[in-house]
Amino acid sequence: MPLLFLTLVLLGLTVLAYYLGRSQALGASATGRLHSLPSYYGYYAALWCGLPVVMLLFAWLTLEPRIVIGLVVNSLPPEQQNLPQAQLDLILTEVRNIAFRSMTMANASPAVLAAAENLKRLTTLANWALTVLALVVAILGILYARSRIRPDFRARNTVEIAVEWILIGCSTIAVLTTAGIVLSLLFEAASFFFRISPIEFLFGLKWSPQDAIRADQVGGSSAFGAVPLFTGTLVITVIAMAVAVPVGLMSAIYLADYAPKGLRDVAKPALEVIAGIPTVVFGFFAALTVAPFIRDLGPLVGLEIGAQSALAAGIVMGVMIIPFVSSLADDVINAVPQSLRDGSAGLGATKSETIKQVILPAALPGIVAAVMLAISKAIGETMIVVMAAGLAANLTLNPFENVTTVTVQIATLLVGDQEFDSAKTLSAFALGLVLFFVTLCLNIIALRVVNKYRERYD
Amino acid sequence: MTDMTISTASDLHTSGAAQARLKARYAREARFKAYGLVAIGFAVTALVFLLWTIVSNGYTAFMQTSIRIEVMIDAERIEGTTPAEKRSDLALRTADWRGMVNASLAAKFPDVPRSDRRFVNDMVSQGAGTQVRDLVLSNPNLIGQSVTLWVLAHSNVDMLHKGFIERDAPPNRRPVNDRQIALYDQLVKEGSLEAKFNFRFLVGANSASPELAGMWVAIVGSFWTLVICLAIAFPLGVLTAVWLEEFAPRNKWTDLIEVNINNLAAVPSIVFGLLGLAVFLNFFGMPRSSPFAGGIVLALMSLPIMIIAARASLRAVPPSIRQAAIGLGASKLQAITHHVVPLAMPGILTGTILAMAHALGESAPLMLVGMNAFVVDVPTGPLDAATVLPVQVFRWAGQPERGFVEKTSAAIMVLLVFLLFMNAAAIYLRKKFERRW
Amino acid sequence: MEIKTKVAAGQVSQADGKAKMAARGVDMYYGEKKALKSIDLDIREREVTALIGPSGCGKSTFLRCLNRMNDVIEGAKVQGDIRLDGQNIYDQAIDVVQLRARVGMVFQKPNPFPKSIYENVAYGPKIHGLARTREELDRIVETSLTKAGLWEEVKARLQETGTGLSGGQQQRLCIARAIAVSPEVILMDEPCSALDPIATAKIEELIDELRSNYTIVIVTHSMQQAARVSQRTAFFHLGELVEVGDTAQIFTNPKDDRTQGYITGRFG
Repeated sequence: MPLLFLTLVLLGLTVLAYYLGRSQALGASATGRLHSLPSYYGYYAALWCGLPVVMLLFAWLTLEPRIVIGLVVNSLPPEQQNLPQAQLDLILTEVRNIAFRSMTMANASPAVLAAAENLKRLTTLANWALTVLALVVAILGILYARSRIRPDFRARNTVEIAVEWILIGCSTIAVLTTAGIVLSLLFEAASFFFRISPIEFLFGLKWSPQDAIRADQVGGSSAFGAVPLFTGTLVITVIAMAVAVPVGLMSAIYLADYAPKGLRDVAKPALEVIAGIPTVVFGFFAALTVAPFIRDLGPLVGLEIGAQSALAAGIVMGVMIIPFVSSLADDVINAVPQSLRDGSAGLGATKSETIKQVILPAALPGIVAAVMLAISKAIGETMIVVMAAGLAANLTLNPFENVTTVTVQIATLLVGDQEFDSAKTLSAFALGLVLFFVTLCLNIIALRVVNKYRERYD
Repeated sequence: MTDMTISTASDLHTSGAAQARLKARYAREARFKAYGLVAIGFAVTALVFLLWTIVSNGYTAFMQTSIRIEVMIDAERIEGTTPAEKRSDLALRTADWRGMVNASLAAKFPDVPRSDRRFVNDMVSQGAGTQVRDLVLSNPNLIGQSVTLWVLAHSNVDMLHKGFIERDAPPNRRPVNDRQIALYDQLVKEGSLEAKFNFRFLVGANSASPELAGMWVAIVGSFWTLVICLAIAFPLGVLTAVWLEEFAPRNKWTDLIEVNINNLAAVPSIVFGLLGLAVFLNFFGMPRSSPFAGGIVLALMSLPIMIIAARASLRAVPPSIRQAAIGLGASKLQAITHHVVPLAMPGILTGTILAMAHALGESAPLMLVGMNAFVVDVPTGPLDAATVLPVQVFRWAGQPERGFVEKTSAAIMVLLVFLLFMNAAAIYLRKKFERRW
Repeated sequence: MEIKTKVAAGQVSQADGKAKMAARGVDMYYGEKKALKSIDLDIREREVTALIGPSGCGKSTFLRCLNRMNDVIEGAKVQGDIRLDGQNIYDQAIDVVQLRARVGMVFQKPNPFPKSIYENVAYGPKIHGLARTREELDRIVETSLTKAGLWEEVKARLQETGTGLSGGQQQRLCIARAIAVSPEVILMDEPCSALDPIATAKIEELIDELRSNYTIVIVTHSMQQAARVSQRTAFFHLGELVEVGDTAQIFTNPKDDRTQGYITGRFG
């Protein structure tokens, strides 16, 4: 793993730079009083060694694959270069497989083999170039830093300014992440909407994504009307909320105001355990136990329920969200000042009257916000529905039927190998955009409400 | 009317009607309390039921049924003409080991008619030949001799032995036929069939056959993914928290970052998978299915959680500490690096462990960056193809064989044990370093 | 008009000076700490009794014993005997909800519920089922607000939220809220400490008016206030009831040196 090795070497160089800088400063202190502690001169040298190299590595690793692939494409025979993007990607995948995974393709054409050879050679070359360049930059950095180190050099101030900039840089990563999400979703969704109109996507009643065999065949047998996915998501979310909100809210109230200590010591950790269980476990539980149970229950009440019903997925998702609701509700209810409880108790209200008529109304904005966050969680939950809800895009509000959701479709469309240029694949990003947008709105509104609410009682 | 005194009626609250009202109110109170108890009961019951389902289905996977057979290591079935050639690595790897196993089974059950031979052969695992091979590879001198060894039983036999297959069910409702049940009874009777501890499940590679399937690839994959995730999220999270808590001026840019972090914490995890697929795989060309790409995706996902936890710990350090350090002539940065961050570190580490535990259980975004691949080779580094524990659970849960229900549940048990350890570590850390200012 | 007949029945016990509530040998503990030591005190009917004393002397604690508001505090324990109309309020047979309906309370900081003014006053009658029709409820709200001297100020905006009122108005709203339940005793825990002098004067005036119908116990920090509004004054010090007597006597001729020291401002 040359990259890891190079990283270690560069780390070593940075440490070396620290000691070089420090010892030079100590040496220079003979000629005059040092402005800063010697270690700051060390940090200064280390920064000059490390920072430019890190930037170089990032830039290189970003650009290298694209440049290399560009060169490989240029080396392909012209008739292959002019193929449509989708088929070109296929060829490139084949080239990569041959070059890096040493797969032997029985029917690989000589041109592809040559390209693979070329890719291998270019990649090796690029690795060597990077190694040499990085070492040179690191050493130049050390030399420059050493040329600056004098007793009157304000090393501490310089280092502190640099550190502050590094901190600012780190804190922009979160913003860049959001930007990355928005941009990638927008770009991929835009190229989807060039093929399928947004109107059809948002209001169409039939969802059956198919791979187009030819580029101009889109829309033949496939349909991209997402309404069945939205209704499916809605049905499951409503079921989940019907379980999670009353149970979570009542649990929080009971634990805060009624539970004897012994029960609280058991129930609180139990809720935390539920919160810590991975969603894939809930999915397995739903598919293995709850769904068959509900299916078997159906005939007893005269209903035909399939092996995969919205009900099973919804109930299990509700259980998953219970601790989320109860912990948010607990925070909100505890924020209601004691003076209101006293006021109500002083008038002779029972505990439940105080809770129902004073605390809950006072906490209502917070509870609404908690429910909105819970809804956002339910909409975005993937594994439970992938495992326990179905794939069939039925346009129905019947909880006993098999429905599919936005997240299920994203997961099934994108898991496994995919052609990045087909409407089928791109539709997942359009769905992702809708998902992101809806949950974002819910979150922003909820967080606003929560903040307002907190201010009111602070 | 004006001087009507509605107040000092001492029996207003003590009359019979008042008592009746009071009774009704207490009934409502009791009802409300009962609702609360039912809610708690529902949540706890669901949890117990879930854990019970997992454990009752999964504990058997740690034992695997084996069958003792006597195999003749038949030189005829190994390629090559001279003994030296037959001992070559290639010859040993390509020999007809399965044929030898089948021959040994035929010798063991001579009364079975030829037409039923395949039922006999299906008593042992697909991997039985490989087991013989590995034995001979480690000791080529066995060639030409007869060895007694325990080979894995086929998953169906295993399920029968563990009681997951009802032997009284109608023949078309069970995957083993009457002939196989008879053979099974015979093997049990003569002591040639036993359940042994299943090391392969923990440290073996994955397989499409339930009796051979192991979760080592997923464990190593999860390890590398978490290493990458931690290496990125921890420094970024702590540095961001330090900046926001200690340096950031109150302005629009800071507000933007804060709102942004709070919102990111609530973005569905699958959206991070989309980001990883579009940006890291397709734009930056990172290797698919690798812990490297998966770790970065998880790092971005855990980053907001880490930042929020780190900020809370930094905020808990009282301002007097900062003022004391600065009052002694330390620079702001020195006050923070020498005093504030070390004091906040236990809290930050607790938050980090919890964030990592969360990341360990995450599967949806990793599936989108290809970590649901069927990987046989144990990854040696973060750039190799790998899968992770929860995704392995998902894959096995989708397998139709009855034997995989057991394996899935057991894999969940292993995953939950890891999570338990991480959470216990976090609780220990919090208890040990808890400080009240 | 059932209310009226009840009122008539309730007016039998109007002998002046009769003890409405009586505490005998009351000890109170917060965990290990003893907060009240053997308190004996009579609260006379239709009089204002002021509890005074330095901070932490136990006067508020004693007040909260009178309607068992200390019940909710963990580790709080009351021993001894507090009687309301001759019945021990810590008796098993006494229901705390009913007790608090009879012994209402007004708190130090105005704490109107975040509901409308109307709903704030109607809350008590509603939960206790004191009104069977909307008209009855309206009347109780109006009477209570009138008695609290707030009706003229808020009658046009009954549906506005109670937290939007000024501090003094909020406190009068809280008094109206307490009156609406038709209590026999009203406990006031430093009701004016969060208010400006003008609002304080209004509340004091109100307390004086309410005296004709209710038995009032008021905890106050201000000796002038105690002198202005109360008929009897009890001086607490370090969890003990040092002295109790007619207000005029306590302030002009205290029997105990500690009382003397406190009212002349040597400590407090």
